[in-house]
Amino acid sequence: MSEPLLQVKQLNKAFGALQATRDVSLDLYPGEIHALIGPNGAGKSTLISQITGNLPPDSGEILLQGEDITGLTVAERAQRGLGRSFQISSLADELSVRRNVMIAVQAIQGSSFRFWKPVSSDASLLEPVATILERLGLSDRAGTLVAELSHGERRLVEMACALALQPRALLLDEPMAGMGSEGTARMVKLLSELKHEVPILLIEHDMDAVFQLADRVSVLVSGGVLAQGTADEIRNHPAVREAYLGEETT
Amino acid sequence: MTSLQNRFNPQALAAGLVPQSREHWINVLLVVGLVGAAMLAHFLGERFYVNLASRIAIIAMAAVGLNLALGFGGMVSFGHAAFFGLGGYVAGISAYHAFNMTPVLGIGFMPEGSTQMLSIWLVTLLVSGLLGLVIGKISLGTSGVYFIMITLAFAQMMYYFANSWPAYGGEDGLPIYLRNELPLVDTNHNLTFFFIAAILLLISLWLSQRLMGSRFGAALTMAHLNPVRLATAGIDPRPVKLMAFVISAMIAGLAGALYADLNRFVGTNMLSWHFSGELIVIVILGGVGRLYGPLAGAILFVLMETWLGGVTQYWQFWLGLVLLGVVLFARGGLMGFLAGRSKDV
Repeated sequence: MSEPLLQVKQLNKAFGALQATRDVSLDLYPGEIHALIGPNGAGKSTLISQITGNLPPDSGEILLQGEDITGLTVAERAQRGLGRSFQISSLADELSVRRNVMIAVQAIQGSSFRFWKPVSSDASLLEPVATILERLGLSDRAGTLVAELSHGERRLVEMACALALQPRALLLDEPMAGMGSEGTARMVKLLSELKHEVPILLIEHDMDAVFQLADRVSVLVSGGVLAQGTADEIRNHPAVREAYLGEETT
Repeated sequence: MTSLQNRFNPQALAAGLVPQSREHWINVLLVVGLVGAAMLAHFLGERFYVNLASRIAIIAMAAVGLNLALGFGGMVSFGHAAFFGLGGYVAGISAYHAFNMTPVLGIGFMPEGSTQMLSIWLVTLLVSGLLGLVIGKISLGTSGVYFIMITLAFAQMMYYFANSWPAYGGEDGLPIYLRNELPLVDTNHNLTFFFIAAILLLISLWLSQRLMGSRFGAALTMAHLNPVRLATAGIDPRPVKLMAFVISAMIAGLAGALYADLNRFVGTNMLSWHFSGELIVIVILGGVGRLYGPLAGAILFVLMETWLGGVTQYWQFWLGLVLLGVVLFARGGLMGFLAGRSKDV
């Protein structure tokens, strides 16, 4: 396989006595979906937060395209191509869908200190936004306030914001949570297309979706990696079945 | 339906073909009302009311400055009197040295002040921008209540410094014997001075409109509403907010320079926390983050102060009631009440 795009090396993070991340290492290769599964409280979101820079790790390092990004801020990592969606949707409720996505387009153009030209008539912003919204089937919601969207639509807007950054690697924290079967099916389709453009590190609880999508899987239990391998390996891994999948797959 | 299509059609927007909203007409009404009232007062020979209109315009301008930080940037500065007062002292000190023909601040190589408003305004913009940079840089390391307190602390430092610096009047303040000058016009003429203030107010309103409509404004809005989203997009919220704070300080400073010339006097009251509080009240009254909210708020505030203050010395009790009503029942302030919810494109 080619060089990994994203590498996490021996990451550790403790909150007092609680070891939330325990010696975690994982790689994300171009063209793949790497799923991160594990029971609640296994430290999946804590791990993602360290990768995105919202939370500093105690030790270990994170490399994006071979470059050490462990010491960079959230914004700097995003500029280097790390896109993410949040478990709890993190959009500006008071603004329209268009405005939420537009800020990401503006960010990759690197032009937030322009004081004069109105964004409302700026085709270099509006056109990319329209393209992304079209792709996610949100075109008719462009002018709607995020506060008025359904849960599933908010998830899609999150995705739109992440995609607008044209990321090199995408971290998705439970993109299908609470979406219903139709929404989930749609998201599965989107992600399976998307992985050829940008590799995805996916946290997801829906095991059907995970095994449908993932090329490789890491199982996280109480902060540490219990098992790592291809989807088939994990599905048949005895310790994983016992610790986590047991009740669901039998 | 055509109106909706126009709204979302970039070309139509750029060409100004969008049907004007109710808010637009209320904005126009506020400006026309203020200018009309000043002119009417002038032709009726009511100099007091001409000056009152000037006062409204200047305080509204300071509030436009604060609105940029507080309303659009979400930075609740309780210290904007620092910039307002600084502007006032620039005008006062400059005129004082020009009058005495002594170097500014008593330092040998400094120029001997100036009575030209244009140079005073330039210096004011410069020094209040610098002060805004220092205060903003330090204060933006904090947020919430701490931000409020640290901005207050800076303003209070300025207040006590001015109070105990006898060279420029200390607690007695500094009179400006002759109003500073502009080329071609007579600044001592009340209506002329009103128009100077009103034009600067309109420029600052127009400026914040352009600013908030630009990419910078979009980033500032997001820095206020959801800084995590902005950072996730790769834009650091801090420099965006700092820039808004500096511009906000410059506008407030310029208003202060005008205010000193209006009153032909600059005193420590311009630096006092009371004034910082009044500016916050005006912004909230008018409607937080509404472009013309500061003008609506300033009109209401100054009129209440003048008329209710003439009836009862407890006028602030009624102001309190109005404020309570706005906070409880009309979160969009006066503009929200008159024009409905603000719209974004």
